[in-house]
Amino acid sequence: MVEAQSVHKRFGGLHVLKGINLTVQPGEVACLVGPSGSGKTTMLRCINHLEQISRGRLYVDGVLMGYRERGDKLLELHPREAARQRRDIGMVFQHFNLFPHMTVLHNVIEAPARVKKMGKAEATETARQLLDRVGLADKEKAYPAQLSGGQQQRVAIARALAMKPKLMLFDEPTSALDPELVGEVLDAMKQLARDGMTMIVVTHEMGFAREVGDQLVFMDGGVVVEAGNPRDVLANPQHDRTKAFLSKVL
Amino acid sequence: MGRPVRRDQDGDEERSGELTTTTERPADVDIQAVPLRRPGRWIAAIVILALLALFVYGAATNGAYHWDTYRKYLFDQRITDGAWVTIQLTFWAMLLGIVLGVLLAVMRLTDNPVLKGVAWVYLWIFRGTPIFVQLTFWGLFSSLYTHLKFGVPFGPSLWSVNLQQLDALFFFACLGLGLNEAAYMAEIVRAGISSVGEGQTEAATALGMSWSLTMRRVVLPQAMRVIIPPTGNELISMLKTTSLVIAVPLSTDLYNVQNNISGVLFRPVPLLLVAATWYLAITSVLMVGQHFLEKRFARGSSRKLGARQLQALADATAGTGRDGGGGG
Repeated sequence: MVEAQSVHKRFGGLHVLKGINLTVQPGEVACLVGPSGSGKTTMLRCINHLEQISRGRLYVDGVLMGYRERGDKLLELHPREAARQRRDIGMVFQHFNLFPHMTVLHNVIEAPARVKKMGKAEATETARQLLDRVGLADKEKAYPAQLSGGQQQRVAIARALAMKPKLMLFDEPTSALDPELVGEVLDAMKQLARDGMTMIVVTHEMGFAREVGDQLVFMDGGVVVEAGNPRDVLANPQHDRTKAFLSKVL
Repeated sequence: MGRPVRRDQDGDEERSGELTTTTERPADVDIQAVPLRRPGRWIAAIVILALLALFVYGAATNGAYHWDTYRKYLFDQRITDGAWVTIQLTFWAMLLGIVLGVLLAVMRLTDNPVLKGVAWVYLWIFRGTPIFVQLTFWGLFSSLYTHLKFGVPFGPSLWSVNLQQLDALFFFACLGLGLNEAAYMAEIVRAGISSVGEGQTEAATALGMSWSLTMRRVVLPQAMRVIIPPTGNELISMLKTTSLVIAVPLSTDLYNVQNNISGVLFRPVPLLLVAATWYLAITSVLMVGQHFLEKRFARGSSRKLGARQLQALADATAGTGRDGGGGG
């Protein structure tokens, strides 16, 4: 589903990603962990082309992200094309980023109705099902500001799912939440993983990685230090830096 | 504890007041403190009212105000026609100003260097020269360009208008006021757009929304909350700026009509008061409109609930647990 080949990312003189290789199979859950500043979030944002990569290649579902290959040249995509590529990739943000001027229901309907031109009735029907799935069927008329952080994040998940994505990206989805609200969001994500969604999750929740992760990727300083089955990596880290990091978070 | 205290039902003031008995501890009753006395406010109010009464009495008994003339001309046909022209000028100029202003603001915020440059130069010129000069210029426009021709550049013309024959003073007045206003509106809209968090654009982009869709559906509606108050200001300011259209020269608006009448009567004060009354009345109506518009675009901007929403929430918590959060 995702194939990153020695991806580099530079912000001016700042070299954030230094050759990331990552393969995520369909239906897999990959967890990106590592200290802050290690490039996890940047990597995630590169995958749906919110950031342009500086070197390497990045394929999602066999399609090169952000460029068109012609011979040995890379052509920049028209924004319209880039937008089309992003439709199949859902993203959930650390700070939810719900649209505050729309009700919960309209947050979920907006993209399918406007981007996919789905009929209003169908979009509403889908939205209600998704809200039910994340346990917020009774909140559809509320505005985001009237919900708790955990509820907002579950709406954000429903909003991303409404586009029927093939891949879901989660950028520290529980980091901005009160500890007691983390569980409800993780439960929604676990449910999604069990339903077979391909997911890439930047997280500090090692319990989640152990329970539903197929792959744990430990990043530090813009490189992948260690990757493998989460249970193995967490129980028996090979690299010193992984050991040092895990000893602090576990 | 003698009897169980059910704190969640103590909200009803009247009931808890009746239930107050000597056996109840202070913690069980709602506080009903004696309000702080504020004698300063009373004294200030009395002084101001006295001064106001003095002024009103003085004005009413001073013959120089010519209140009979004021009453005679307040609803004079010429005055009301003038007020109507002023309203029309304000409407069209603001419409042009807002539409063009949004366009200019968006142009300034794109990454297209050509559009950015054009918008900047526009702002530079139209904010940098006085409105009176601009209106005078539009009045002279037809002497600069006598004919408006549509056709192939440097080739034959297909359609042509003679600007000097055209009675276009009203049109040029709207154009002059509107083009000037657009420069100011552009800055207001730009501030509004910049006030919307980056996360909003990002979320919309991640959902596959195009730039223009993101602007229309996500950014601009949220920017409105910041844009409306200064726009209301601009609207009210425009209402009064219309009195400058004499520069075009258009003289059928409220101010210039009263000026013409008072010029004949040699009584400027009562007619100025007539015009002021009308300006004030129109402004008041606009202020009411602005209040409701602000409320409309404040949706979802605050967790604070209105009285009606609070009541709905209280009902929901007390009742069967029906969702009360949706009283938007």
